[in-house]
Amino acid sequence: MKLTKILILLILLNLNNTYVFSIEPDVFVQSTVNRASDVLSKNISRDDKINELKKIAKDTVDIKGVGFYSLGTIRNTINEQQKKQYFDLFENYFLKSFSSRLSEYTNPKIEVQGKKVINKNYTIVNSILIATSERPEVKIDWRVYTKNPENPLIRDLIIEGLSLARTQKEEFASILNSNDGNIEVLFKTLENFSKN
Amino acid sequence: MFRKLTLIILSILLLSFNANAASDGELVLKENKPKEIKDCFEKLNRATFKFNQGLDKAIIKPIAKGYRNLPDPIQRGTSNAVKNLSSLITIPNNVLQGDVKTAIINTARLAVNTTVGLLGTIDVANKMGFPKYEKEDYGQTLGAWGFGPGCYLVLPVLGPSTIRDTAGSFANVLGGDPWYNASIHGNNEYLNQNVYITSRALSGIDFRANNIESFENLEKNSIDFYASIRSLYIQDRQNKIKNNQRGNIEVLYKDEEDWEEIDSQ
Repeated sequence: MKLTKILILLILLNLNNTYVFSIEPDVFVQSTVNRASDVLSKNISRDDKINELKKIAKDTVDIKGVGFYSLGTIRNTINEQQKKQYFDLFENYFLKSFSSRLSEYTNPKIEVQGKKVINKNYTIVNSILIATSERPEVKIDWRVYTKNPENPLIRDLIIEGLSLARTQKEEFASILNSNDGNIEVLFKTLENFSKN
Repeated sequence: MFRKLTLIILSILLLSFNANAASDGELVLKENKPKEIKDCFEKLNRATFKFNQGLDKAIIKPIAKGYRNLPDPIQRGTSNAVKNLSSLITIPNNVLQGDVKTAIINTARLAVNTTVGLLGTIDVANKMGFPKYEKEDYGQTLGAWGFGPGCYLVLPVLGPSTIRDTAGSFANVLGGDPWYNASIHGNNEYLNQNVYITSRALSGIDFRANNIESFENLEKNSIDFYASIRSLYIQDRQNKIKNNQRGNIEVLYKDEEDWEEIDSQ
C-alpha cells in the first residue's frame, strides 16, 4: 500500500516536471520582447542599454546554434580548436551586432499573434512590430528551437519574410568564397568587427 | 523604331544569357531554384555597388533626407501616387500570372484612387477596405512562369537585380507599362518624357526615404554589406515570386535541413 503511494507520488512528480516547467514558445517570445522593450524604454545610456540587451540575448538566443548555421557546410571540416576559436569570436560578433541593431529602437511594441509548430524541434512564432507615425507595421516571425521545451531558444528572426540568419550565413559564405575558403580570414573579420 | 528593336534584341540576348550563365544546362531556366543564384560577375557587381554607394551618399540620400522633411501629407500623397502608378504594371502581371480576381480588384483600386483619390494621392481604396496591395512586375511573372533568376546583377543607379529581373524590366519599355507608353509615346500636351522620369525618380526617392535608418543600421552591422544586400534582395524576390504570405510553409521550411542538422542542446 505504502509502495503504491510512493509510486503514485513519483509519477505525479514526474508529470509535474514534464508539464509545469515547459514554456510555450509564444509566451517565451512575448516575455523576451517585453524584457527588451523595458530596457529600450529605460532612461539609461546607450552603452548600458547595449549591455542589458546582451544579457537578454545570452539568455534567450541559441548563439551556438546560430553560429553553426551561419558557418554553412564548412562547419563539418574545421577542427575542434578552430570550432572553439570560432564560437568565441562569433559570440562577441553576434552580441555586438544584435544589441547594436536593437538599441536603435526606442520603446518598440511587439505583439505576439500566433504560433505554428513545425516539428518537435521548431515552432514559428508570429508577431508584429506595431506601427508608429514614423514607420509602418513590421511582421516579425521567430524561429524558436524547442528541442528542450523547458528552455526554448531563438534561432532566427524572419522580418517581412527576410531571414536574418540566412542573410548572415550568406555574408559569411561570401567572405569565405572570396578568400578560397580560408577560415582565418573570417576569424579576422569577426574579430575586427567586435573591436571597432 | 530602331530604339525599340535594340531593346528587343537586348532582351532576347539577356534571356538567352540567362539560360547559359547560371544554369550549367537547362535546369535553372526551367525551374525557379533559389539556391542556384550565382554571382557570375561579382567583381564588376562589387565595383558597381561601390559606385552606387558613392552616388547614394553624394546625391540620393541627401535628397531622401530632404524629402523626409517635407510635410507628412506631401510625402504620403507622393508615396500614394507612385504606388497608384505602379498598379498599371501590376494589373497586366496579375493577368499574366493567371490571377484574374486580383487584376479586377487592382483595376477597381486604380479607378477609385485615380478619380476619387485625386490622381492617386489619396489611397481611398485602402480606406474602403480593399485587400492589401501587392506590387507585381514582369520579372516576377517570368519567375512565376518557371524562369530561373540567372546571375545576380548590380545595375548602375538602379541597384540589385538578376538577369531575369533586368530582362523583365525591358518589358516595361516594350509596351508593358501603360504609364511609359502614355508619357513617352502618347500624343498629348500633359505627359512627356520628363514627367515619366520624374515619376520614376520620385518612386526611388520615396523608397530610399522610407529606408534611411534600415540601410544605415544594416551597413553598420554588416561584415560584408554587399553580400547582405544581395541576400536580402534575392530572398525578397523569391518571396514575391511565390507570393509568400507570412506563415506560408514554404518560408518556414526554408533551409530546414540545414537547421535540423544543428544540435546545440
